[in-house]
Amino acid sequence: MKKKIISMVLTTAMAAAMLAGCGSSTASTATTSTAASAATTSTASSTASKAASTATSTATSTASKDSSVVTTASGLKIGFAQVGAESDWRTACTASVKDTFSEANGFTLLFDDAQQKQENQITAIRNFIQQEVDYIVLDPVTETGWDTVLQEAKDADIPVIVVDRQVDVSDDSLYTCAIGSDFKLEGDKACAWLDAFLTAKGITDTVNIVDIQGTIGASAQIGRTQGLEDAVKAHSNWNLLAETTGEFTQAKGQEVMESFLKQYDNINVVYAENDNEAFGAIDAIKAAGKTVGSDIKNGQIMVMTFDSTKAGLTDALDGSITLDTECNPLYGPKLQEMIGQLQAGKTLDKMTYIDESMFSADTSVTKVTVSGTDYPITALTQSVIDSRSY
Amino acid sequence: MSESTAKSGFSFKKLTHMKLFLPIVCLIAVLLSNLIKTPDFFKIAINNGVLYGYIIDVINRASELVILAVGMTLVTAASGGQDISVGAVMAVAAAVACQILSGGEVSTTVFANPYALAVIAALIVATLCGCLNGFLVANLNIQPMVATLILFTAGRGIAQLVTNGQITYVRVDAYQILGSYFPGNPIPAPIFAALAVVIIAYVILKKTTLGLYIECVGINSRAARLVGLNSTKIKFITYVICGFLAGVAGLVASSRIYSADANNVGLNLEMDAILAVALGGNLLGGGKFTLAGSIIGAYTIQALTTTLYAWNVSSDQLPVYKAVVVVIIVIFQSPVFQKWAKGLGKRRTAVPSAAAKGGAVK
Repeated sequence: MKKKIISMVLTTAMAAAMLAGCGSSTASTATTSTAASAATTSTASSTASKAASTATSTATSTASKDSSVVTTASGLKIGFAQVGAESDWRTACTASVKDTFSEANGFTLLFDDAQQKQENQITAIRNFIQQEVDYIVLDPVTETGWDTVLQEAKDADIPVIVVDRQVDVSDDSLYTCAIGSDFKLEGDKACAWLDAFLTAKGITDTVNIVDIQGTIGASAQIGRTQGLEDAVKAHSNWNLLAETTGEFTQAKGQEVMESFLKQYDNINVVYAENDNEAFGAIDAIKAAGKTVGSDIKNGQIMVMTFDSTKAGLTDALDGSITLDTECNPLYGPKLQEMIGQLQAGKTLDKMTYIDESMFSADTSVTKVTVSGTDYPITALTQSVIDSRSY
Repeated sequence: MSESTAKSGFSFKKLTHMKLFLPIVCLIAVLLSNLIKTPDFFKIAINNGVLYGYIIDVINRASELVILAVGMTLVTAASGGQDISVGAVMAVAAAVACQILSGGEVSTTVFANPYALAVIAALIVATLCGCLNGFLVANLNIQPMVATLILFTAGRGIAQLVTNGQITYVRVDAYQILGSYFPGNPIPAPIFAALAVVIIAYVILKKTTLGLYIECVGINSRAARLVGLNSTKIKFITYVICGFLAGVAGLVASSRIYSADANNVGLNLEMDAILAVALGGNLLGGGKFTLAGSIIGAYTIQALTTTLYAWNVSSDQLPVYKAVVVVIIVIFQSPVFQKWAKGLGKRRTAVPSAAAKGGAVK
């Protein structure tokens, strides 16, 4: 009995210690972020806005009981079911939507963080329907399994806009429209850039490329790999040596690159399908005694990547990454535009793609053309990086 | 190595009956399969001042898994169950270390706090996680899988909480040493970490009675209690050790990528650790164990991964190949298969001896 009591006390102490550990580290975040750079203040503001939005959501849920909530064009009530907060990219996406649909702009945003679980999102959507929101914005965790809940939204006459990731439903009319990244176009643009770059440098020899793929089956992986494979087919001097998944992580990217370097000693270009994989690849290349950069004529290995996170662009600025193609998380403004059009009674395309740019510190290519459309390359400077929110 | 010494002293039969024989054969088979496609698989060179080669990759990349496998073996032996939270605990340890070193920033190029403080704090937190698991399993008698499921689920959430949901980068050379190389030393540092853990574990198990006690408790916890062993305490200790080692593995993994990626550090590594224990010829039901077997199992798993990269297996088929090889190895080591193989061998030896007898009579 005595032992049991002692052990109980110990566990409580342990739990308390763990909580205290977490608590103190967050506290230290708060203190340093007030003292330090723009990057952390932006996180601080996003947490602040999160707090604000929870406050508003409780406020509106009480208000919605009073059924006479006026919904004019500006006073729209919007429910946003977000995947979670698993990456900087996602955090930037959430912040963008929250900033756009802020109370100052005349909107009421009900925000739900599903913590990567579909059942949480389904519950959130049902809540939104009960609270009679005007629009539901859904960033789905998975592609499938949405038929029932979207039917409920349709029956309640609430338009659903799917953002970022897409849904796979039997009946397309279950959602109003969708907006996302065109991953195939991202791949096409990156390859068009490589083509233009090689032309600008007068390189006509064989170019050996390795592809560190994303998580197999992810839409970003499928589109970006497809873009590269198509380009390799179209260019007789492009030689795709190998493609293996790095699962979108730095650790795997490094491991895969280590293996590539041992198999092939003639790699010219690394096509990493996200920034994290590129970081790992760069470490592996450096560890093998080779150098990264755009001078592929003299044995440097060029790294091309996607996403354009702040960390990625920092590496792009010093030339370790030669091209970083953006995957834009800032859906807020575009969503606002779309909702405005829907309010005006217009019909939108089922699928809209968000504008995405490309970044390089190398200025030998200023624009690329993919199927008739010109895409400019943003010349990278420190101020470009500082001006970005993620 | 063990083969050559064994051959000189023992008969072939004794060799095949050694507990580690099958795990070693499996590891060698996986490694040798590379010679078909990559003849220079075993080539080791000095490149850029450090050792370079596939074999080095295998030994280097398996380090975290070896560290985890040591802890997992002890937990399995004592409690007859597995700790599935080790991957998540790795993420927690990495998050704590990086967050302390960065002082709350998302990315840092200077240590905000002393390195030692971060390491100690990370290890303490990981050990506390082990204590929680141990308490649930040993004191509350909850099934290990269920008890450790709590941290398996919550661990990454805790790590996210610590890092504010961001990937925290510590871009300081000193932090990367544990995951890369000690200055001037050509052998990757993670190998030393794994080696140190293995040696310390081995010495403790051999020089103290802990190893024996763990086996006793694992074989029959009640009987162990009757002969005066505190089985609750011993189970608890194994989980604490396992948590601590998960912390060490987390630090190594985090140093490799000089960041705390709460979603991906140690992802699915708990399953590999359990597999390593099984491949090493240990019973997952507890009892007698061989640490060396688990370590060989861990290297086998990494050898397999590296081999599949070297074979250039396309990514969508990678898991299938891995599964097929693992199934073959497991079947190869299963008691039923071994009995059958033994029977096959006996029949083969029995027939010629009978013929010889007949010849003698005539």
